[in-house]
Amino acid sequence: MTRRLVITGLGATTPIGGDVQTLWTNALAGTPGAKTLEHDWVEKYQLPVTFAAEVAIEPAEVLARPETRRMDRSTQLGMVAARQAWDDAGLSRPGDEGYDLDPERVAVSFATGIGGVWTLIDSWDTLRERGPRRVMPMTVPMLMPNGAAGAISLDLGAQGGARTAVSACASGVEALDVALEMLRKGDADVVLAGGTEAAIHPLPMAAFASLQALSKRNDDPASASRPYDLDRDGFVMGEGAGALVVETEEHAKARGATIYAELAGSAITSDAHHITAPDPEALGASRALRRALESAGAELSDVTHVNAHATSTPVGDKPEYAALKSVFGDHLENVCISATKSQTGHLLGAAGAVESVLTVKALHERRAPVTINLDNQDPEMPLDVVTGSPRDLGDKQQVALCNSFGFGGHNAVAAFRTY
Amino acid sequence: MADKNEILAGLAEIVNEETGLEVEEVQTDKSFTEDLDIDSISMMTIVVNAEEKFDVKIPDEEVKNLATVGDAVDFIANAQG
Repeated sequence: MTRRLVITGLGATTPIGGDVQTLWTNALAGTPGAKTLEHDWVEKYQLPVTFAAEVAIEPAEVLARPETRRMDRSTQLGMVAARQAWDDAGLSRPGDEGYDLDPERVAVSFATGIGGVWTLIDSWDTLRERGPRRVMPMTVPMLMPNGAAGAISLDLGAQGGARTAVSACASGVEALDVALEMLRKGDADVVLAGGTEAAIHPLPMAAFASLQALSKRNDDPASASRPYDLDRDGFVMGEGAGALVVETEEHAKARGATIYAELAGSAITSDAHHITAPDPEALGASRALRRALESAGAELSDVTHVNAHATSTPVGDKPEYAALKSVFGDHLENVCISATKSQTGHLLGAAGAVESVLTVKALHERRAPVTINLDNQDPEMPLDVVTGSPRDLGDKQQVALCNSFGFGGHNAVAAFRTY
Repeated sequence: MADKNEILAGLAEIVNEETGLEVEEVQTDKSFTEDLDIDSISMMTIVVNAEEKFDVKIPDEEVKNLATVGDAVDFIANAQG
């Protein structure tokens, strides 16, 4: 008997909202998160792309100062989202009055694409300019990609394992697959899952630009992220974090938790095709979609909504369409698509986590968020994209998917069901 | 050159920056570990910042002897001497 898994808490800090409610309100309205960067390093290093989608609320405004000094920005953002989700779920921490969790049955699955890139590069500058004595003793725990998972496990008193999926832009959804595995194996009752990224740093900005992956619409950042549009020219770098409390239905019901949706299934596949380019036939992505539906015990006709990966690159959006078409066939016209990166930008390792939060909200509120900047839809991708105003999903039992794909040929799909 | 009151005030600022403790709590009779709850990692950061602020060397093997804030003030005053 497979254990049924449910989502009971949500958290997010993003370019269009520092909490889930603000994110959701803005995602329904259609709110561009990208702005011209005001950092002196943009001009200093002559960056070809001068805009990005920075978080709406600086983590230093939320966290205590000694905490921020010991955490890379990526861990800071992850901590903010994780605490929101934990509190939203009504869960407590060891030492809290009335703490009644078994800490050995509480786990963390927190992903990132890059990890502590600011710390790594700042520390190298410190070493070169001021010598080894000035290199902070916290450098290693701050730069390591598992830094967020470790720090969050400490904060929540989670002793059931703290894992870190690292699969570039698929990381956030892979974190949910890891959580699902831990829970279905019976290794934990509650998992804080999510992903974080803080890579709006001159080096990744220069590197992604060098790869011709970023939009160059420096004169109009708000319209730069335009998935499925004929004039799309690249993704918009974003930062932020998303977190979801996943627990067994039994555990959630026993404590009377509010249940937003079921985490019905998930799947991971790899292309083995090219290190950065997606497989044009999208065989790996198609397999991930089929296996996620199988894992969820869902029929094609159950699916009403997909939060697509859709980064707004010329080459990336089409293979995802090909995968959806090959799996859904004619039913695809009954599936509404939201490309929320049009609003948030691309949060890399946090993208799948924030988009899973939005997918869960869509099912719970029965409304799909909008895609902005879709002025001339590419006729090669005839999808039913939600634009203008949110789409009513109706009150029947239904399944929604969240897709994330990453450099390295990683494909990750999570399947959620209304509860 | 700073006198002991100035060293104490400077140390208190460094401790505040690292830990968030109020500067008034950083008094000479306070133990770094027992009273101020400063762990070895924060202590190393405080030491390195104090070296820079007061232009002294505090060898790593000396750090374990600096049990209280007063010990650190005395060491820095002597090292400056």
